[in-house]
This record gives sequence, structure tokens and C-alpha cells, in this order.
Amino acid sequence: MKKLPKTDVVVIGLGWAGAIIANELADEGLEVVGIERGPWRDTARDFNIGTVTDELRYVMREELMLRTRQNTCTMRNNPSQTALPMRTWGSFHPGNGTGGAGNHWAGITFRFQPEEFRLKSHLTERYGASAIPDELVLQDWGTSWEEMEPHYMQFERVAGTSGYAGNIQGEKRPGGNPFEGARSGDYPTPPLRQPYGPTLFAEAARNMGYQPFPVPSSLVSEAYTNPYGVTMGPCTFCGFCTNYGCANYSKASAITTILPALMRKENFTAYTNSEVLEVLTDSTGRQATGVTYIDSSGDKWEQPADLVIVAAFTFENVRLMLLSGIGKAYDPVTNQGTTGRNYAYQTANNVTLFFDNKNFNPFIGAGAVGMGIDEFNNDNFDHSGLGFFGGGSIRVTPIGSAPIGYRPLPPNTPKWGAKWKRALKDNYLSTMSIGCEASSYTTRTNYLSLDPNYKDPHGRPLLRITFDFAANDLKMAQYCTGKVADIAKSMNPREMIVKPMTGHWSSVPYQSSHVVGGFIMGSDPSTSSVNKHLQVWDVPNLFVVGASAFPQNPGYNPTGTVGALAFKAAHAIRHFYLKRPGEMISA
Amino acid sequence: MKKRAKTLPGVTRRQVLTWSTLGVAAGVTQVANAVSLKGAPGWTPFSANPPEQFTPSGWLFFTAEEARTVEAIVDRLIPADDLSPGGKEAGCAVFIDRQLHGFYGTFERLYMQGPFQEGTTEQGDQSPLVPQQRYRTGLAALNRYVQQTSQKDFADLTPAQQDALLEAMEAGKVHFTDFDAQSLFLEVLNNTMEGFFADPIYGGNKEMVSWKMLGFPGARYDYRDYIERHNEDLGLEPISILQWKGGDHS
Ligand SMILES: Cc1cc2nc3c(=O)[nH]c(=O)nc-3n(C[C@H](O)[C@H](O)[C@H](O)COP(=O)(O)OP(=O)(O)OC[C@H]3O[C@@H](n4cnc5c(N)ncnc54)[C@H](O)[C@@H]3O)c2cc1C
Ligand code: SF4
Repeated sequence: MKKLPKTDVVVIGLGWAGAIIANELADEGLEVVGIERGPWRDTARDFNIGTVTDELRYVMREELMLRTRQNTCTMRNNPSQTALPMRTWGSFHPGNGTGGAGNHWAGITFRFQPEEFRLKSHLTERYGASAIPDELVLQDWGTSWEEMEPHYMQFERVAGTSGYAGNIQGEKRPGGNPFEGARSGDYPTPPLRQPYGPTLFAEAARNMGYQPFPVPSSLVSEAYTNPYGVTMGPCTFCGFCTNYGCANYSKASAITTILPALMRKENFTAYTNSEVLEVLTDSTGRQATGVTYIDSSGDKWEQPADLVIVAAFTFENVRLMLLSGIGKAYDPVTNQGTTGRNYAYQTANNVTLFFDNKNFNPFIGAGAVGMGIDEFNNDNFDHSGLGFFGGGSIRVTPIGSAPIGYRPLPPNTPKWGAKWKRALKDNYLSTMSIGCEASSYTTRTNYLSLDPNYKDPHGRPLLRITFDFAANDLKMAQYCTGKVADIAKSMNPREMIVKPMTGHWSSVPYQSSHVVGGFIMGSDPSTSSVNKHLQVWDVPNLFVVGASAFPQNPGYNPTGTVGALAFKAAHAIRHFYLKRPGEMISA
Repeated sequence: MKKRAKTLPGVTRRQVLTWSTLGVAAGVTQVANAVSLKGAPGWTPFSANPPEQFTPSGWLFFTAEEARTVEAIVDRLIPADDLSPGGKEAGCAVFIDRQLHGFYGTFERLYMQGPFQEGTTEQGDQSPLVPQQRYRTGLAALNRYVQQTSQKDFADLTPAQQDALLEAMEAGKVHFTDFDAQSLFLEVLNNTMEGFFADPIYGGNKEMVSWKMLGFPGARYDYRDYIERHNEDLGLEPISILQWKGGDHS
């Protein structure tokens, strides 16, 4: 092992969270080193317009995703099973390389609602403690909407997020989302124009008395220059978006919005194709001293640093903490320990509508163009007597229709042969679907730990996921998908397929990459791993940033909140920590 | 566009070296290896990152007999009719052959460490066999079965007999010695569909037949003029990466 000269800050992972913090701390004048497991990625070279439109390569063969050979997870539905490795990705699609999963994400950019940050208190106040199902272990975040709002704003300005605000400083605006928390300002770019499917859906929803709004989207609608001086171009609705990199500099990611500015700073250095193995601590265990990493020639290095930021995505954040012996591993039997607890997911539901005489031109799309309603999300509706909590974001977001993956077929159609072909041809252009991306609430037996049987190429245990849907979430899925079906029926399709989430969580079909928790934030060190500044309890110069901090998952996509938390941590470091290094409880 | 596309030859040795010296301050051996980046972003004009490419003719993985069997299967999965040519003519068997020859054939990118054990449906594919082995053993088991029951190869059965056997495999109603018939069926079905619908650059979907059939315009990248033209037949002819690249396939 070779030891490198000490740096002020080392950041692990150069996706959204890592790039945001690295840039903020470089602006503070600190010497910052970013260490990224995957390759350097660049729009012009890697997402070239001549070759980016390749479904086989980017979706089926997972070009931009982490290779499972390098690192994967094992999974099981409950603690009595033996977990087995996910040999290919399915359920979710972790990223690799500069930009992280932000290169191939879809771009839907919601803020969580004010109640979410004090969910347990809120539900207790509104319904009484006894109304909360016993299986759930909900928690407050230890922070508040007021503390989060400025950082949501910062993230949206960097990403150029397009949308139409429904609530500016308490003033409601028709056409926006009436359920969003009061915003200090509008979205940086106007909403995207809408294709046919979302337009039809919005009309039907409006007729039923709901208030549809354009889905907020970090795919910019017009040329935009962000506060770092980086310019993005308008989205062209190419439909090769989710799972692909954008060739137009329209989809916000760290490589299109932050790294071009960050790389030019003298005091920032990036090591790519370099995998961090461990966060080092001193003999007291209360001070991080740096990290070790291995480069692609197999050489091991130690990078000492005064401040260590872990931003390696939910799974690797938790695994690195377990491998480094930081915090106490969670044990579902004793309910002790915090590393790995409160792992949650997202409950995906949808309704497919088959029409005879409509043409949706489904190839016109984008990861995040569409219309949605929030009447049945989170606690926006009265849950009294329903026997569950939570809800989902209901929306139509056509992501494109490359046909290896997009082949809508009515019920009871054969999967091959002449009848199959006829049915596919007849339904390909005239089918649409309404999704409901719903909450996932935490239980005692859903958690992350080190796998006892399976190892990565360096001989270290893989991360083990123990997860199944809470009964609460399956009830919620039935209820909310029923509401979606009502809207769908009013649109008079010839036929429809109603698919609420049922049964066990399966690692096989793609659902969403919104894996959260495992190193959660809170105000009590016995039930959380980091404080509201994302600072690790008892190791004040170590910050662990990402969706790993969510105590449970609402019916929204996570990244707006991941970005806001990264800015929040950076703000605390710049304004409080550097002045007085140590634990920042009351700041 | 075509003119610009012509100047995307892929990464040459010289460009790699330029890139390395431009983008890298220390400790470089080859591109895409561990590097320390400072200052200039690692990018050189025209250093595109191309897809996997193969020589156009001959079988690269299949034996002649395997190829004949696969061509017969893909032609039943996607039969020729008034909507499109069949799977064989569309190049699905060629596609599968190229895939098996390439990185997919050995699951080069996937986690293939043991212990291997059968799991629940939720735990997904746990087979220790990589696609090359699945096809080699699976196709042999299929033809052995057909020889035993009909004294023929699969390719020599009538289309109706072929369909009946494929249906039985799909439903798990037939058993081969040495290989799971249903999983062979699913493997071939899956790869056939990939070949039929992927960009023609991979050897299937010849002349974009599947895209023309569906009305999918393929590798187009700008629908700003069309997004608000609702419920309309836009009459867009498909284009492929192949056209972007070569510029000579009108
Ligand atoms: C297909 C897809 C669609 C999505 N759509 C949406 C959406 O519409 N809306 C939304 O809000 N979210 C969406 N997401 C989720 C979103 O991509 C993530 O929330 C976001 O990228 C998280 O940012 P991050 O910085 O925490 O992690 P990442 O972006 O994953 O970055 C982490 C980085 O750390 C690196 N790393 C990991 N381990 C190590 C190590 N040991 N050493 C060094 N480096 C390491 C990784 O290579 C990676 O580059 C989507 C994700 C996917 C995959
Ligand atoms: S749909 Fe828009 S943002 Fe997405 S890849 Fe295409 S141009 Fe980029």
C-alpha cells in the first residue's frame, strides 16, 4: 500500500451527491480529491449522437450500469431465506463512472412535502399513535421543510429543472401542483411541452375534479446557463433517455452541470477507475483519517484526508460503513444497531390502456415529460379508517418506445407467432399507460447487512438486501391503483390491464432505482446514523450523503432530495464545521 | 448529418494517446484505466465510443447444424407473413450468433461466482451456465430429443410440428435429458426478440423490417417539431445507427 500526500477533503463517488459537495468545498478553497470507481464519462465522447440511440447496448446490455461482476447485491425476501446474488440487474440499475446513475436517470425532480420530514409526528398528530400499523417503523428526519427549502432551490438551479410552481411563498397557482410545499421561487425553466398521452390524461383527471400539473423535470425545456456558468440545450424528446446518456446536454447530471466547472478548479483532482475499499479511522474510532482505494492496475493506495465524504449511492454507502466498522450493524432480532436499518424501496403500480382509434406516437418521449396528479399521494387524502398510510404519484410519462422493451400486448395474447405479431402491430401506437409510483414504508425486518456467502472480486462480502413489501404498502397499492383505474375508465379504452403491486418483491423486473435508507438521518443516535447535517454520529469529520439517509420513502422520486441533502451538508460544513470542527448538533 | 457521421471512425490509437496526454496529469498506462484527472476534461473531438462490431459474414459461434436449428426456431417465433419477413430472413439467427460470440456470450460483465444454488422466482436466474454453454448444450438436447421421437432434426419437422414442440417447451410440458427445455425456449425467445427489434447494426432487424412494421422511427433524435402534433400519423421513415455511421445506406 502506497500512501499519498494528505488532502483536505476526500469525496467517494462523483455522482450527484459527490460532485455537489466536492464543488462546494472546492469553492471554499479546500484541496479536494474525488475518487470514482468507474470511468470518466463525457457527453461528446460517450453519449455521441451517432451511437447513443442503441437500445440493445444501453438497456439490455446495461452499458452505463455498474457491472455486477465488479460489485452486486444479494437478495432475499425475509430473514429465513438464504440470499442469492443478483447476477444481472433487474429491479434497479445502479450507475458507475463520473455522473453516477445521474447519467442514465429519467430526470423526474420532485421535492418531498413538508409533512414528510416529520412523518411519524405528523401521522401521530393527525390520526393518533394507535392508528399506525404495528409492522411499520416510521421516523422523523430530524430536519424540517424550512431547513430543506433553500437547498432544493440550489439543486433545481444547478439542474435547470423545468416545471410550473403550484405554490410560491404560500400563493397557490392554478396549473401547478397544489400539494407542493411553499417554494421560495419558480422553477428555473418553464415546463416541457406535452405529447398526446399526458394531455389526454390531464383532461380526464381535470374532468374528475383533480388538479393535474406538468411533472417537474431536470430535462431542460430551453437553453439554460446554470449558476456555475455551464450551459444546457433544450430536450428534443428523443425517447432514448431513461437508461441512456443524453447527447444534447439536456438531461441534468453531474457531468452536464457540475464537472465541467469543477474540473477547471486548481484545487480539485479526480481519480477515476479507482474503487474505495475502506474508510480509515484512528485508534479511538472517532476520527476518520482517510480512505484506501484500489486502482485498475490492482495497486492499493491510502489517501489521507481531514474530512471524508461518502457519496457512493445507497448500497455502497451502507456497505462501506459496514466494511469499515463504522457505526453498529443493525440486528432485526434485538432491534439494536443502526447501520442497515430502515431500508425501503418504492411500490410501482400501473394501468395500461388499449385504444382502437388513437395514435400516441409513443416514440416521442423523454424520461421526465408528462402530467401528474398528487391527490392520492402521501397524506394528501384522508387515511382515516383505510387501514394503511402512504400513497403514490399518479402520472403519464411516456419515456420512448424502443421495441425490445416496449411491446404492449392485450391480455391473453401469445408471446410469439403470427397472432402475437398481429396484436403487437395493432397495439403498438395506440396504447398508453398511467403509472403510480408509490411510497414504501419501513419495517423491522427490511434491512441491509453483509452477506455471509458471496464475495466481490477483492474477497469482501457483498451487501445483502432483506426486503419484502410491507402489508401496509400492498393495501395502499390496491387502493391507489383503483383510483388510477377510475381515471382510466373515464378515458374509454377498449381494454385495460390494472396492475397494483402484489406478492413478494422480485429482483427480476425493473421497478425503480429508488433504494433508500440503511444509514438514516435523525435526531437520536440510537435510531439513526447521521444527524441532520449528514454528519456521522461520533465521527464528526465523516459525512455520508445520499438516499441512504431517508428514514422511509414517500411516493416521489428521490434525487431532488438527494441533491438538496448534499447542498445542506456542504452548507453545514462551510458555515459551521470549518469554523469549529466537531459535532454539529445544535447548528 | 451524414457528412458529420462519416467522421466518427471510433477511437484510434493516436487519439487515445492524445486523450491520455491531454486529460491526464499522472500515472496513466491506457485509456479507461485508473487515471488522475486535473484541469482539462478528458475529451478529444471525434473520439466516439462505438458499439461492438463484427465481421459481416459466416457463423462466428454456431456450428452449421446449430445455425440450421436456430434459423428454424426463429422462423416459427417470428413467422413470415404480410406484416414482415420471418425471423430467419430478418437476421435473428445471425444476431444471436454475434451476441454469443461477443461479451454477452460469456457473461463477461456479470457476477458468476458460486456457490450456485437454485433460488426462488424472486431471486432470478441462478444458472452457472453462460449463454454459449446454454445454447451449445440446449440445442444438442433439443435435437437429441427430436431424433429420439421423430428420427429427424428439429429443422426437418413440419412447421406445425415445430410449433407444437415449441409450445410444449414454453409450457414446461416436455423434458429433454441434460437440459431444461423451458429455459432453452425462453432463452431463444428472448434473444430472438432482441435481434428482431434491435438496431440492424447487430445483424438482426434487416433493413429495419420490424421498425417499419410497427411505425417506430428508430434512431431519430429530434421530435421538437412533432411533440404537439397529437393523434396524427407522422409518416416518419425509420433510420438506423448503421445509416448514421456509414452514410451510404440511403
Ligand atoms: C434508470 C434510472 C432512472 C431514474 N430516474 C429517476 C428519476 O426520474 N427521478 C429521480 O429523482 N431519481 C431517479 N433515479 C435515481 C437517481 O439516479 C439517483 O437517486 C441519483 O443518481 C443518486 O445520486 P448519488 O450521487 O447518491 O449516487 P450515484 O449517482 O449512483 O453516484 C454514486 C457514485 O459513486 C461511485 N461509487 C460507488 N461506490 C464507490 C466506491 N467504493 N469507490 C469509488 N466510487 C464509488 C459510483 O460509481 C457512482 O458514480 C433513477 C435511477 C435510474 C438508474
Ligand atoms: S429525451 Fe431529452 S433529455 Fe432525454 S436523452 Fe433525449 S434529448 Fe436528452
